[in-house]
Amino acid sequence: MTDQAASGYIGGRMRPLDWLLSTDHKRVAWLYLVSLTGFFFLGGLMAVLMRLELATPAGDLVGDDTYNRLFTIHGIIMVWFFLVPSIPATLGNFLLPLMIGAKDLAFPKLNLASWYVFLLGSLFTLFSVVKGGVDTGWTFYTPFSSLYSNSYVSAAAFGVIVVGFSSIMTGINFIVTTHRLRAPGLTWFRLPIFVWTIYATALVMVLATPVLAASLTLIVMERLFGIGVFDPNLGGDPLLFQHLFWFYSHPAVYIMILPGMGVVSEIIPCFARRPLFGYTAVALSTMAIALFGFLVWGHHMFVSGLSPYAGVVFSFFSFLVAIPSAIKVFNWSLTLRKGHVSFEPPMLYALGFVGLFTFGGLAGLFVAAIAVDVQLHDTYFVVAHFHYIMVGGMVTAFMGGLHFWWPKMTGRMYSQLWGTIAAGTMFVGFNLTFLPQYVLGWAGMPRRYHQYPPEFQFWHDLSSAGAVVLALAYAMPLFYFGWSLLYGPPAPPNPWLATGLEWQTSSPPPKHNFDRVIVVKGPPYDYPHEADDPEVKR
Amino acid sequence: MTGIAFGPGDASTLAPQVNALFYALLAFSLALGTFLTLLVVVYSVKYRKGSDVPREGGRLRPMPVEIGWTSATLLTAFAIFAWSAHVYMDHVNPPPGAIVISGLAKQWMWKFRHPGGQREIDELHVPLGRPVVLELGSQDVIHSFFVPAFRVKQDVVPGRGNRLWFTASKVGRYHLFCAEYCGTEHSEMIGSIEVMEPEDYASWLAAQGEGETLAEGGERLFHSFGCSGCHGQSAQVRAPDLAGIWNRPVALASGETVIADAAYVRDSVLMPDRQVAAGYRPIMPSFAGLIDEEELQMIQAYVESLGGQP
Ligand code: HEC
Ligand SMILES: [Cu+2]
Ligand SMILES: [Cu+2]
Repeated sequence: MTDQAASGYIGGRMRPLDWLLSTDHKRVAWLYLVSLTGFFFLGGLMAVLMRLELATPAGDLVGDDTYNRLFTIHGIIMVWFFLVPSIPATLGNFLLPLMIGAKDLAFPKLNLASWYVFLLGSLFTLFSVVKGGVDTGWTFYTPFSSLYSNSYVSAAAFGVIVVGFSSIMTGINFIVTTHRLRAPGLTWFRLPIFVWTIYATALVMVLATPVLAASLTLIVMERLFGIGVFDPNLGGDPLLFQHLFWFYSHPAVYIMILPGMGVVSEIIPCFARRPLFGYTAVALSTMAIALFGFLVWGHHMFVSGLSPYAGVVFSFFSFLVAIPSAIKVFNWSLTLRKGHVSFEPPMLYALGFVGLFTFGGLAGLFVAAIAVDVQLHDTYFVVAHFHYIMVGGMVTAFMGGLHFWWPKMTGRMYSQLWGTIAAGTMFVGFNLTFLPQYVLGWAGMPRRYHQYPPEFQFWHDLSSAGAVVLALAYAMPLFYFGWSLLYGPPAPPNPWLATGLEWQTSSPPPKHNFDRVIVVKGPPYDYPHEADDPEVKR
Repeated sequence: MTGIAFGPGDASTLAPQVNALFYALLAFSLALGTFLTLLVVVYSVKYRKGSDVPREGGRLRPMPVEIGWTSATLLTAFAIFAWSAHVYMDHVNPPPGAIVISGLAKQWMWKFRHPGGQREIDELHVPLGRPVVLELGSQDVIHSFFVPAFRVKQDVVPGRGNRLWFTASKVGRYHLFCAEYCGTEHSEMIGSIEVMEPEDYASWLAAQGEGETLAEGGERLFHSFGCSGCHGQSAQVRAPDLAGIWNRPVALASGETVIADAAYVRDSVLMPDRQVAAGYRPIMPSFAGLIDEEELQMIQAYVESLGGQP
């Protein structure tokens, strides 16, 4: 660290304990960022191994048991140890207080504690993997998980339950912070959309996660004491688990995408030099998604033997929940109109997000349509659909957010050229990996198969080739961000000329975020309306 | 079935209906997706920084625009929903005159038994053009019966019977997959469905010879498990006569009434204390752990064969 950048909250002594025990939300955000990066690459490694195995129809590279453990731990890591905390715990943690003009979160110690709880739970699960693995799939379906699996299910589930508590802690913290710590003048409808999405996500975390904890606890109890809630031979019902699990996990899908929508809603206006089109509609649709998300869990159970009438009702609600997402896409597109659009790396990621999210969302119509879902359920179509949303959407948004706020977080700039190359490679690699999977799914290729009939090979090979490109693309930022940390040119307070309170303090921000009193007087996204803005003409 | 698979193949009467919906959705989403992509690309290029186009005036007022596209998407969503719900509800109940084949899923194989008692493993022969109902049960965990070419998929959940039906429309051999992850050899739990001309099917059945039907097997078990010792005509203990109860209401000691369906027979055998028939002492022992899923299917079929409501 050289003099200039080593200022602000980063400055001072650099002993590990100053970070590990700091309750500064900006430092806790870094603790999360470093651990999540580790998990992302670990989960990614499993994915690459699976894609290599699937390059040929025979199950030759790894055996069935190994393959089953690979996709299980890939799912557990990516969902609970990466996607759920990804944007909220890193960018959200760092930015929420800055964006609302606060010194820190409402409960700084709880924030630090949540990271330790997260680490404890996730390492415990990892430990169970090292001990011999888990082979239930991340969905832990009973009675396989409760009665038949001979793997370390209880340990893995226990870890996930613990991590859930960290989610709840973060959620409570964000909710209270948003309610109580907004700067004078910062009314609800002056909040950046990112804050709205983080707030909605926090609500869902607090309301849904306890159900996950309950259902996984029941599995553990069933395994240890044979209580029989899910055991048909003791009068239990295996489907009860699916109801409980998806009651959490469908809303969790929105935990995993809403913050991404928030990030993109910050980036697009900034690089289009236009206010966000339809701000109120975007804010309200965020809350609508959070609410409707609780009404559609049954769409994961269309072929489970659910009553056909219940199936049709869940199908109906699933179509409804698509609408607020569609509204957002329309609004992002129209924001570009009559703007002064430029294509720095954050914007490339944001535009990539809009495209991939749109095509993932449209695939959602297929699986919401109950008659078609009977065919597509549990096939690669579903795999493609949720990877378009979770990876094409959320991970791309996360990348965009990192590129956008990196100068703020570190006080340094990074190579725009490499940022552009990485964004482009990611887009190509992603589509090459997951587009063929839509075809595979429609053609009938089931999920979670480690070997398959030869007529599927062509598509699997495309997908495996794409995975290699994608892996390269994800590795690139490690290098140029690493370079930036050490040698990057110092960043000005507002390198992108963005609105938003976080840009009105130094880069990196001082320990207490602002050196002056913040009072908000105007609307968000107050970008120049006309071309006569000197900055824009540059 | 080699080369490159571009689709699942069409071999049932349901396939054309699902195809119509699928390809309509595909056309719609490609159109909308392309439109949105073009919108973003055109705006980005036209209004790129430094481009020389007028930007003054012509501002859109958000309110009417938001109302406009919200109602447009809502209407489209309703239309797709209605179409899909129609196709789905239409296919819930099998037409009359179907062949009823029973199937058993267990880690990691499919067992089938034709009405005449002919048995198959991981293979199923069915006639062209006749509705086939599969009554499925699972011995252990959840499996899922999936024949892509027929557009049918049904989870098989232990502890309850699951049913599915199809009418094959094209002679040939088709994949049968287990679609619900069920443990180690999930991806090996595959098989094939052989659709034959009705005459070929008949001669195939004949060549297999008559086997023990489900109900016959049930009758055998009824004696070997000692059920008949209590429920039989000459029994010494007082136990209900099972003839004629199938699908009819039964009064319970608790005062409730239940329908004596497959699930009831199953529960009576595995958990006799849970629902005690009115007027009898709860002396029936539980057979849980002694009787497997296939045997339960046989006993259910036997009780059914004793008469009642079809
Ligand atoms: C020890 C005698 C005994 C044996 C052995 C026995 N049962 Fe029962 N069963 C009873 C009695 C008594 C009842 C009525 C009380 C109750 O519902 O538990 C009954 C009830 C039933 C019922 C519910 C009938 C109704 O009208 O509600 C069914 C079905 C049944 N038994 C099936 C079987 C089968 C199948 C077996 C063999 C696997 C079997 N039972 C073995 C004594 C016996
Ligand atoms: Cu869902
Ligand atoms: Cu299976």
